[in-house]
Amino acid sequence: MVSDITFGQYYHGNSVLHRADPRIKLILTFAMIIVIFLCKNFFSLGLLAAFIILVTLLSKVPVRMILKSIKPVLIILAFTAILNIFYTHGGRTYFEWWKIAVTEKGVNTAVFTIIRIIILVVMSSLLTYTTTPTMLTDGLERILSPLKIFHIKVSSLAMMMTLALRFIPTLIEEIERIMNAQKARGADLESGGLITRAKALVPIFIPLMVSAFRRAYELALAMTCRCYTDGNGRTRMKQMKLKITDYVMLILCIAITAGVIVLNIFFEKVI
Amino acid sequence: MREKLIEIKNVSYSYYTDGEEEATASPALSDINLDIFKGEFVAVLGHNGSGKSTLAKLCNAIFEPSTGTVTVDGITSDSEENGDAIRRKVGMVFQNPDNQIVATIVEDDVAFGPENLGVDPAEIRRRVDSALKDVNMYDMRDREPHNLSGGQKQRVAIAGVIAMQTECIVLDEPTAMLDPMGRAEVMNTIKRMNKEMGITVILVTHFMEEAVQADRVIVMDSGRIIADDTPSNIFSDIEMLKAHSLSVPEPTELCLRLGIKETVLDTDSCVRAISSYLGGDMT
Repeated sequence: MVSDITFGQYYHGNSVLHRADPRIKLILTFAMIIVIFLCKNFFSLGLLAAFIILVTLLSKVPVRMILKSIKPVLIILAFTAILNIFYTHGGRTYFEWWKIAVTEKGVNTAVFTIIRIIILVVMSSLLTYTTTPTMLTDGLERILSPLKIFHIKVSSLAMMMTLALRFIPTLIEEIERIMNAQKARGADLESGGLITRAKALVPIFIPLMVSAFRRAYELALAMTCRCYTDGNGRTRMKQMKLKITDYVMLILCIAITAGVIVLNIFFEKVI
Repeated sequence: MREKLIEIKNVSYSYYTDGEEEATASPALSDINLDIFKGEFVAVLGHNGSGKSTLAKLCNAIFEPSTGTVTVDGITSDSEENGDAIRRKVGMVFQNPDNQIVATIVEDDVAFGPENLGVDPAEIRRRVDSALKDVNMYDMRDREPHNLSGGQKQRVAIAGVIAMQTECIVLDEPTAMLDPMGRAEVMNTIKRMNKEMGITVILVTHFMEEAVQADRVIVMDSGRIIADDTPSNIFSDIEMLKAHSLSVPEPTELCLRLGIKETVLDTDSCVRAISSYLGGDMT
């Protein structure tokens, strides 16, 4: 179980998207999420959908993985669809019974919202599929580094995130070890009701906490020995430099945004 | 005359918890005097609670002595700033490899020390590559540390110190949690580092077989230095070792029991000594 843990949901690959600068990926993802909400009709939304399909193909992440990322939001999708169909009224009426009416506007809004949410989810999962958590942390640290002038310790925060990521597999191993040790002493973790099982976890979590604190102390000592102070005056081995492909992606996103705005103006509003 | 690197003068150290008077706490170290010379390979030997770990932590200013002074290359460990300066000269590797690796990728972890020192990125890259080659971990530079064996993790930790280009490395029982294979890997790395790169090594251990490989052995018990000599002199004094609850390396004990006069420290020389002993008997 422990050996197959992957951090986050990174999908190993070497596509253009995998190699792109994490800073540009983060910023563009956020920017394009805003653009999704600028879309007012099916034409602009279609353009964005085409863009997402293109990016997905570029990332070489299998479609199966993309579908997997949509799965958790299926309930939300169904819920919004139903609400929109029954509560938005206008245009031609397709169906009417008692107080329930399905209208053209309702159906349009429902379809529109569903596509919008799917694009949103696919876009953000593409970011996490093609960027390791380490790269994300590094990118975030560099994007936020101007906040230093407000005395926010960005590098300390980034260090905390890196350490948290580093210790996830270590602590999972620890949990397994403790669980086995307690089982060997006759602890029953699998039977009983919810409360009994929750109570059975107490002898797992207390040793885990104790050991986590001990690890933290030792880690702090080791970091002191390696001259870590508070992140001031640190240099980084891996420098981030924007490559041509990063600029191409930036220009592509600007073009898509412009296209969305133009299509919004020329075609009738749906939502 | 050899150059002194670490000078420990009349040092005592006691751990005391809140509410306990300093005087009543039992000292972990009492009145230690010790000089470590540049380029030496020193093993510090002692059983649990002998104060050997405390001594190690005094060498790189993690602890400040309760009384007395510790001087490293002319810098006395009596302030935070001096402590930082000392840690730039004396690196440390701990027992548990999991609790000293900070990054999620091997090469990033090796880069951590030089990054903290503010070294230029291109220079860090060069140092990291050469340090990883020194410990034979270059091929695994983009692995995740949790997928490595204990011996490999410990070698990564050693590479992290090499990349900082410290003059001295203190290893606090680095092999205690490793299997025999990992232990051999780490010991070979340590020896190579000392012989080929000229880094001063202080190895804290309770394994006799490891202490035997050093140039100089310091035996500690109840916070005092009991003996400070070459391995062959130390290990021929069985009475002293037993009196301080230390075991004698098996080849050494075997030869001594057989009445062979020369002090034997490892299996190979034991075999030679016994065969010449038997050969001599037969003729």
